[in-house]
Amino acid sequence: MIDRDLSVTEEELHAYVDGELPDDRLQAVTAWLAAHPEQAALVAHWRMQGDAIRAHYGAVASEPVPDRLMLDNIARATDRGRPPLRSLMAMAATVVLAFGIGAGTGWFAHGDAGAKSAAGQGRIVAAGSDKITADALEAYRLYVVEVRHPVEVPGSERAHLRQWLSKRVGEELRIPDLQSIGLKLVGGRLLPGPTGAAAFYMYEGPSGERFTIYCAKAGGPETALRFKNGERDASFTWVDDKVGYVVSGPADRDRLETVAKNVYEQVDKAGVKKG
Amino acid sequence: MNPLISAPRRCAGTAKEAVLASFRQNVETTIPALRRFARSLTRDADLADDLVQDTLVRALRAEHLFHGGDIRAWMYTILANLNRNRLRSLARKPAMSSIEDNDGPALAGPEAGARDIERALALLVEEQRQVLLLVVLEGLSYREVAEVQGVPIGTVMSRLARARAQIKEFLDGSRPALRRVK
Repeated sequence: MIDRDLSVTEEELHAYVDGELPDDRLQAVTAWLAAHPEQAALVAHWRMQGDAIRAHYGAVASEPVPDRLMLDNIARATDRGRPPLRSLMAMAATVVLAFGIGAGTGWFAHGDAGAKSAAGQGRIVAAGSDKITADALEAYRLYVVEVRHPVEVPGSERAHLRQWLSKRVGEELRIPDLQSIGLKLVGGRLLPGPTGAAAFYMYEGPSGERFTIYCAKAGGPETALRFKNGERDASFTWVDDKVGYVVSGPADRDRLETVAKNVYEQVDKAGVKKG
Repeated sequence: MNPLISAPRRCAGTAKEAVLASFRQNVETTIPALRRFARSLTRDADLADDLVQDTLVRALRAEHLFHGGDIRAWMYTILANLNRNRLRSLARKPAMSSIEDNDGPALAGPEAGARDIERALALLVEEQRQVLLLVVLEGLSYREVAEVQGVPIGTVMSRLARARAQIKEFLDGSRPALRRVK
């Protein structure tokens, strides 16, 4: 008991400053600080930091909320942002066209550079799946930040999405259901792939974390799940029956692995591919 | 905290509307605080309001995913995730000049203090900045911050400690004149 009173941890000092210290420790910490001026100065400095931050930003909360952030306006825009199916399909066609042009100069060129530098390092990897991973990660980074138009066809039109993308990719595709691990299908879009079209699905968790699946025809041999770790994001890639799959998400390997395995099992079990 | 929100979705029209209205009201009350948090996170007024707008759009779209609990913490979580995504896309662009590079001459008086705290915050790693701001500016408890970041409380504590130590180091170094004052 006496020992506990005599030694105060740094965590307790933070808790003291933030009003999180249990009542029964308050007296002990106060007394300890009185006897330790250096630590007391540190605590005072932390308080000063908090005061400075509050002084600098506190008033923002009392500013009038600008019109564009009024919830009614946002709700109206959100409701209007869901066009009927027919216009969605017309939109899809134009977006693909725009993408075809952008692809030559933009992130496609980038994907090539990535594949080349990887090859330059002398790593023996299937060229097909390497390229597909680079393309998929680029697509992930491009669309994961998109709030209003992350997809072309919303997840509520799953059957249509599956039909459309299967036709364009030229393979009978399956859109995995990831509700059991807390991920809802946001929707999908068509993208350029290494040898034609690629299908791209986006999923979202309850607090906005996003995962994507990219699949396209791949020339390379079948591979096992291959993990690629970026600074902030990561992906699992595999090739199965001439279709390459890339599951991308935030760089949390365990979580991503769970997602990838779920996807893997569902597309594998599906048995809908041409045998 | 909001039992109405976790009510089943297959309810009668009027009840459903009431749930929706209460959800929106609760979201609306968080807007001023979200703006404050976003401003301090980005230190840019326009960028901050963009972030809040995106957060609100996302919240309205995802309202069926909200299963009760603290709506404020949920909104902070969405905003924090969006900002992390934004930084991720920024990290891809090379040659971003840092704030220090284009700094003007040192200011004096209270202006300098405000400028200093902004620059000190800019130096922190995003996760540490989030913890510090959620605690000292938004007044969240350690437990709530742990929920927002999806990490154990111990991680929140160590991020907070590192943030405070780094800011102290920066302020001590940037104001040598005040360093030895007793």
